[in-house]
Amino acid sequence: MMAKSLFDKLWERHVVVPETGDSPAVLYIDLHLIHEVTSPQAFSVLEERGLAVRRPDRTKATLDHSTPTLKAGADGRLPYATAQAEKQVERLIANTKAHGIELFGIGDPRRGIVHVIGPELGLTQPGKTIVCGDSHTSTHGAFGALAFGIGTTEVGHVLATQCLLQRKPRSMRVTVEGELPPGSGAKDMALAIIAEIGADGGQGYALEFAGSAVRALSMEGRMTLCNMAIEAGARVGMVAPDETTFDWLKGRDRVPADWDAAVSDWRTLPSDEGARFDKEVVLNGSAVAPMITYGVSPDAAAPVTGNAPRAETAEARHAADYMKFAEGRPFTEQAVDRVFIGSCTNSRLSDLREAAAVMRGRTVASGVTALVVPGSEAVRRDAEAEGLHIIFLNAGAEWREPGCSMCIGMNGDIGQPGELVVSTSNRNFIGRQGKGVRTVLAGPATAAASAIAGHIADPRDYLDAAREPEHV
Amino acid sequence: MFEPMRTLTSGTIVLARANIDTDQIIPARYLTTTSREGLGKHAFHDWRYDEAGAPAEDSPLDGPEHKGHAILVAGPNFGCGSSREHAPWALVDFGFRAVVSSDIADIFKSNALKNGLLPVEIDAETHARLLECPGREVTIDLEAGVLTSGNDIEAHFTVEPFAKKCLLEGNDPLGFLTDRMDAITAYEKDHAKEIGA
Repeated sequence: MMAKSLFDKLWERHVVVPETGDSPAVLYIDLHLIHEVTSPQAFSVLEERGLAVRRPDRTKATLDHSTPTLKAGADGRLPYATAQAEKQVERLIANTKAHGIELFGIGDPRRGIVHVIGPELGLTQPGKTIVCGDSHTSTHGAFGALAFGIGTTEVGHVLATQCLLQRKPRSMRVTVEGELPPGSGAKDMALAIIAEIGADGGQGYALEFAGSAVRALSMEGRMTLCNMAIEAGARVGMVAPDETTFDWLKGRDRVPADWDAAVSDWRTLPSDEGARFDKEVVLNGSAVAPMITYGVSPDAAAPVTGNAPRAETAEARHAADYMKFAEGRPFTEQAVDRVFIGSCTNSRLSDLREAAAVMRGRTVASGVTALVVPGSEAVRRDAEAEGLHIIFLNAGAEWREPGCSMCIGMNGDIGQPGELVVSTSNRNFIGRQGKGVRTVLAGPATAAASAIAGHIADPRDYLDAAREPEHV
Repeated sequence: MFEPMRTLTSGTIVLARANIDTDQIIPARYLTTTSREGLGKHAFHDWRYDEAGAPAEDSPLDGPEHKGHAILVAGPNFGCGSSREHAPWALVDFGFRAVVSSDIADIFKSNALKNGLLPVEIDAETHARLLECPGREVTIDLEAGVLTSGNDIEAHFTVEPFAKKCLLEGNDPLGFLTDRMDAITAYEKDHAKEIGA
């Protein structure tokens, strides 16, 4: 029998009608996640055509992008950035009600960023096909699911038919061997991979991340890694399910009732020995340093200890002009105005612990605003139970309500023109965090260290293992 | 829905920068709309308007010399970033019917095809020549998969056959799926164990 990859196995399981020269495959979708921004026009199409939602039971909704991260005011009203943002939220509430779709809405203890709550609730499982009108849907691939972002027209297709028309992409295996050095994490690995293959290096490919450094990552780390697959141009990023996956999922609310049967099926999913990939990339994990970005594309990434490189191309010069990083100067000289710790990339409990380990007993530098936004209500509760919020508040950081917040800046959480923001999010595009804002991507420890230092900082200078633990 | 497309002849607007992401095409603050209409005014908003919201003097899209140009020639990795379909909605509403590049991001390409915006990926050499001459009249023959300009430019491109047929006929792919409801029902029945209840 031909050796198959994880991706091949998941693809084959979900083909309803095989692809031909004339038409793409009809692919079955096990789980459809929706949110307020990319769904309203899809529901409108259904209504125009008189179509029903085929499987409301396989459709789950949350509110995350346009929602405020500040608490309701004295009048009990949430401080929406605009009336239109509030209207968008109301539209999802109405659409889910009309079509019988479960919504984790405002006030629901399960609400959060769509790519945080899917796994948290156990909705995300190995072997599933998962789509969402959001490019960071690749996150769910961390569980050995086939998960990818779609546009709003396709959201309509899935609502109406629970299927998508898809051509099978090519496959690429990214193998990271060795042990990550102390101070380096999954975000650093992701940025190192993107710097290596480029912002379009994964275009047309489904990625599988493999190797001992990937296997050693926690589920949170694997989610961070798969989340960033799209920043290399790949819609899909996956990690084969293993004991780490099963241990993490066990006991969660929506996992299969027959757990043992599910696990024994999931054990058959990893790529077979000898499975063929269209492309192979190999990286040395032990050489991955804490990384930052210095440009306006996620592939402009380098170790934090480096210097701003010479801009060789027109693109690089344009990026350098925007970022105002002087050629040849150390990155750590760059003064920071704002720090954002959150987003579907880095807002889970382990990310917050990593940031708190740096901030504990220290103070955010004068003139720096630091925002910590948990990924979900569950993350918020767990973090508060451990007292992490006290560490952040004592350091002078803000502790907010869950949501996408400054990653996309749709809810009013933005920086001011010219500000330098060190952000644990996924995109350093021009203006993404506010018009004229200069974004530096980094992992949680680097972001926290930069908040304390007031300039871009190496987290290893702040991870003093010998430091006396302080009780909060 | 959109008009069927066979050939398109138009002047070009050139945005040569590489990695033009969806936040450039339409900034996220304009995504709170619940409609598909009227997004053209926000297309490349921050390139076309200054801080105060006044039209930028050096806008690469708004001068009289660009009027009516329906072909956008853009640098490599055009449309990278988010899955927002607001990006092709904005470009179509602005007046574009085709985007030409050496390399167009996957999700953007898929979204564009569903909205009558033709993504044309051509060889790097021809692409570089088109980048150098904004305004040049270009003809795109979708059925033949050929882009020509003057006597000296000819490039071939492919479009996924199903999407191509939909564009040529002005068809909507949703109909293809809804016609297969029986197969979908049979799949759900046969695979109940693998896909869960």
